[in-house]
Amino acid sequence: MTVILSIQKVSKNFGGLQALSQVSFDLPEGQILGLIGPNGAGKTTLFNAINGVYPPEQGRIIFRDKDITRSKPYHLARLGMARTHQIVQPLNELTVRENVMVGACFGRQNMSLGEASDVADEVLEFVGLTARFDQLAGSLNVTQKKRLEMARALASRPYLLLLDEVLAGLNSSEIEAMTMTVLKIRERGITIIMIEHVMKAVMNVSDRIIVLDYGQQIAEGTPEEVANNPQVIEAYLGDPKLAERLMEED
Amino acid sequence: MKNWRHQLGIIIPVLVVAGLVLWPVITGNNLNRETSFTILKAIALASSLNILLGYTGYVSFGHIVFYGFGGYVGLYFVNEQGWSIWTGILVGGIASGLLAFLLGKAILRLRGAYFALATIGINEAMKAFANNFDLFGGPIGMVLNFSVYKAYGGAAKALSMTFFIMAGLTFAALIISHFVRTSKFGLGLLAIRENEDAAEVMGVVTPDAKTWAYVLSAIIPGMVGVLFFFKNGHVEPPLAFPLNSSIELLVMVMLGGLGTVLGPILGAFAYQGMRGYLVTSDFFKDIQLSVSGVVLLLIVLFIPAGAVGWLRRRIPALRRVLA
Amino acid sequence: MQQLNLLLTSLPDGILLGFVFGLAAMGLALIWGVMNVINLSHGPIIALGMFGTFIFFIRLGIHPYLGIFLVAILGLLLGVFIYFTAVHRVINSPHLSSLMATFAVNMIIIGIGTAVFTTSPYNVDFNMGSFRLGSTTILGTRLIAALFAILFTGGLYLFLYKTRPGKYIRAVTNNRAAAELMGVPSTRILALSFGFGTMLAAVSGGLIATFFPFSILSGSGYELKSFVISVLGGLGNPIGALIGGLILGVLEGIIPSFLETSWVPVIEFALFIVILLVRPTGLFGVKR
Repeated sequence: MTVILSIQKVSKNFGGLQALSQVSFDLPEGQILGLIGPNGAGKTTLFNAINGVYPPEQGRIIFRDKDITRSKPYHLARLGMARTHQIVQPLNELTVRENVMVGACFGRQNMSLGEASDVADEVLEFVGLTARFDQLAGSLNVTQKKRLEMARALASRPYLLLLDEVLAGLNSSEIEAMTMTVLKIRERGITIIMIEHVMKAVMNVSDRIIVLDYGQQIAEGTPEEVANNPQVIEAYLGDPKLAERLMEED
Repeated sequence: MKNWRHQLGIIIPVLVVAGLVLWPVITGNNLNRETSFTILKAIALASSLNILLGYTGYVSFGHIVFYGFGGYVGLYFVNEQGWSIWTGILVGGIASGLLAFLLGKAILRLRGAYFALATIGINEAMKAFANNFDLFGGPIGMVLNFSVYKAYGGAAKALSMTFFIMAGLTFAALIISHFVRTSKFGLGLLAIRENEDAAEVMGVVTPDAKTWAYVLSAIIPGMVGVLFFFKNGHVEPPLAFPLNSSIELLVMVMLGGLGTVLGPILGAFAYQGMRGYLVTSDFFKDIQLSVSGVVLLLIVLFIPAGAVGWLRRRIPALRRVLA
Repeated sequence: MQQLNLLLTSLPDGILLGFVFGLAAMGLALIWGVMNVINLSHGPIIALGMFGTFIFFIRLGIHPYLGIFLVAILGLLLGVFIYFTAVHRVINSPHLSSLMATFAVNMIIIGIGTAVFTTSPYNVDFNMGSFRLGSTTILGTRLIAALFAILFTGGLYLFLYKTRPGKYIRAVTNNRAAAELMGVPSTRILALSFGFGTMLAAVSGGLIATFFPFSILSGSGYELKSFVISVLGGLGNPIGALIGGLILGVLEGIIPSFLETSWVPVIEFALFIVILLVRPTGLFGVKR
C-alpha cells in the first residue's frame, strides 16, 4: 500500500483566523477519502493548501515522495494532481472541447494539440458531454459545467483528483450518476479526495472519512466509525441544516 | 471535427494583405501606396496588440511605447552609427522585445486593472525619459541625415522600398498571430484570458506564458517604428509616443474582435476608413480623438466581442473560417 | 549644507501642493473604493476644472474662490452624467470594460477640449500676495488652495460619516449586494459617488489653475499622481489619500534639488510600480 499523499501537521492562518491546525493524514494510493465537516471548517482551505493556491505556513505536504509544500499549482498539474472547484470555473468563451483540451495539454502528459484533441473526445464521452463538444462553456447549465470541470481534471491524466463538492445542487438521480462516475474514476487507478456535504453519498462511496471542524481534525476512520462518533455529531448539530439531513437519512 | 488547427483561418487575412500590397503596384499610383502603407501599418500594430489584449486578456493602454522605443533605438543606429536599415529594424525589434521582457517582469504579476494602470504610467514615464535622454536627441529628437537614403538609391527609391518592407512586416505580424491562434501556447493564453486562476490549476505556467505574449506583442511594433521614422525622416517624443495611437489601437482591436487573426484586420480597415473620411472634413479633423472615443465607448457598451466575435457567436459554422 | 537649505525651503511649498494633490487623488480613490471602477477620465476632468476657473474669472469676472463652488457643482453634474451614459451599463462587467469606457470618455473630453481650447497653455493671472516664513516665501494662492483642499476634505468626511446618503455610500462600498437588499438605492448612490469623485477632481483642477499655467493636456500628469497617491494612501480612505498627497507633494518638492523636473513622471511611475508590488493595500488601506 503506497502512500500517494502525506499531509504532515499542516497549519494555515489568514490574518488572525486559524483556518487549519496541524492537519495530518496519509492517503494510500487508490483510496477514496471523504473530507467532511461543517461550513467553514477549512475543507476547501485544505485543498487550496495541497494544490498550491494558498501554501501553508507550517507543516509539509508530500506527494509521490516529493515535497510539494511550496509548489505552484501549475507544477502540481504536471506532477499529476488535478482538482475541481466548489464554484465552477469554466473557460466561458472557449468551447467544451477546448476547455478539456486545456486540461490535457497542460496536465501530466504535456500533450500536443492533436493528442489532446483525442483525449478530449474520450473524456467527454466518459462524462457524457460529447453532444455538446462545440458549445461555448459559458452557455452550459450548472450540472453540465460541473461535469465539464471534472472532464477537464480527468483530461490531465492525474494520479490524484481533488473533488470539491461535485454533488452540490444535484437532484437524487444526478447524484447517483455522479457517484457512479466517481467510482469508475477510481477503477482507473486514480486516488480521490472528496469534499462533500451530501452525507449519504459520501458515506457510501468513501473508503475512509476525515472530519474537520474549525480547522482541526476531529475524527478519522471508516464511514461507520465516523457516523457514530459523538464529537462529529456534536459538530454537525451545531450546523442545523446538516443535522436535519443526518436525521432524515436514517 | 478531428483537428483543432484552424488552418483555414489564415487564408482570408493573407488574401486581404496581399490585396493591399498589389493594389498600388497594379495601379502604379503613389497616393494609393501611401494609403496602403497606413493601413498595413495599422494592421501590423493592431495584430500585435491583439496578442496581449485579445489572447491573453491584458489591457495595455500604452502599447505604442514599444513602437516609439524600438523606433528610437533602431533609428539611432541607422542615423548615428551608419548601420543599414535592415539591421536597424532588427535591432529595433530586439530592443522592444527586451523592454517588454524587463517591464513584464515588473508588471505582469499585477492583475487586471492594476496592470492597465501600470501601462498608462509607462507611457508617461517613457515620454519623460525620451525628453531627457541626450542620445535620443532630447525634446528635439533626431533628424535623419538625408545622405542615408543614398545607400538605397535615393529618396524616391527608398520610399518605395519601405512600402515593401512594411508589407513584409505585416505578413510577419499575421504569421505570428496565426501561430499564437493555432498553437498550444495560444490555447494557454486563451485559458489565462478566460480565468487565470483556473488556468494555473490546470497547469498553464502563467508567468512565463504572459511574459512571452508580452514580448511577442512588442517586437513587430518596434520594427514598424524604425521603418516609419526612417521613412518620415525624423523622430521626436510626441511623434514617437502619440497620445492618439493608444486609443486608435484599442479601437481597432476591439472593433474587429478579440483573439482572432481576422479581427484586427477588419478593425484596422474600418478605423482607417472612418479616419480617412474624418480627416477630409474640416470640422471632424479637430475632434478626431473624440470620435474615436465615441466609437470605443459604443463598442464597449454594446458589442464588446467586436464584429468578428459577434459573427462567430451567431454563426458557429463560420468559426473554422473566421479564426 | 546648501542642499539641506534648498530642501527646507521647498518643504512648505511641497506640503501645500500636497494637500491639493491629495484632493485630486481623493476623487479617484472615492470612485475606485465605492464601485471598483478606475476612472480613466480623471485627468481631463481635472483639466476641465482648470478651464472652469479660467472661464469664470477671465471671461465672466467671477472671483476664483467663488468660482470654485461653481466648478464643484458642474463637476458633480458632469460626473453623474458620465456615470449614466458610460459607466452604468458596464458596472458589473469585467474590469476591462469599465476601464475602456472611462478611457473612451477621457479621449472624448480631450478631443472636444482640443477643438475648443487648442493645446496652447492658458494662464489665470491671479495674485494673492505672499509672505515670508523663515527663509521661504509662501505664495498666498497656494496657501489658500491648500486651505480649500482641507475644507473640501473635511466636507467630504462629514458627508460620509454624518449624513444618510453618506452612510449609504459607505454601505455600498462595503458590500453592494447587501446594501441593495437593505433597500439602499444603489444606482443613485453610485451615480452620486461618481459625481463626488469628479467634483473633487474638478475642484482640484480649479485650485491648481490659480497658481500654475495649464492646457487641456495638463490633466494626465495629475492623473498619474492620483494613481500613485491612491495606492500609497490606500483606497476607501479620504484621510489616507490626503496623507499620500502630502508625501508625494513633499517628494516633488525635494526631487528638483537632485534631478531635472522632467524626470518626475519617471520617478512617480517607478514609485507606483514598487508600491503595487510590495504593498498593494497601501499604507492605510481599507480595501484590497
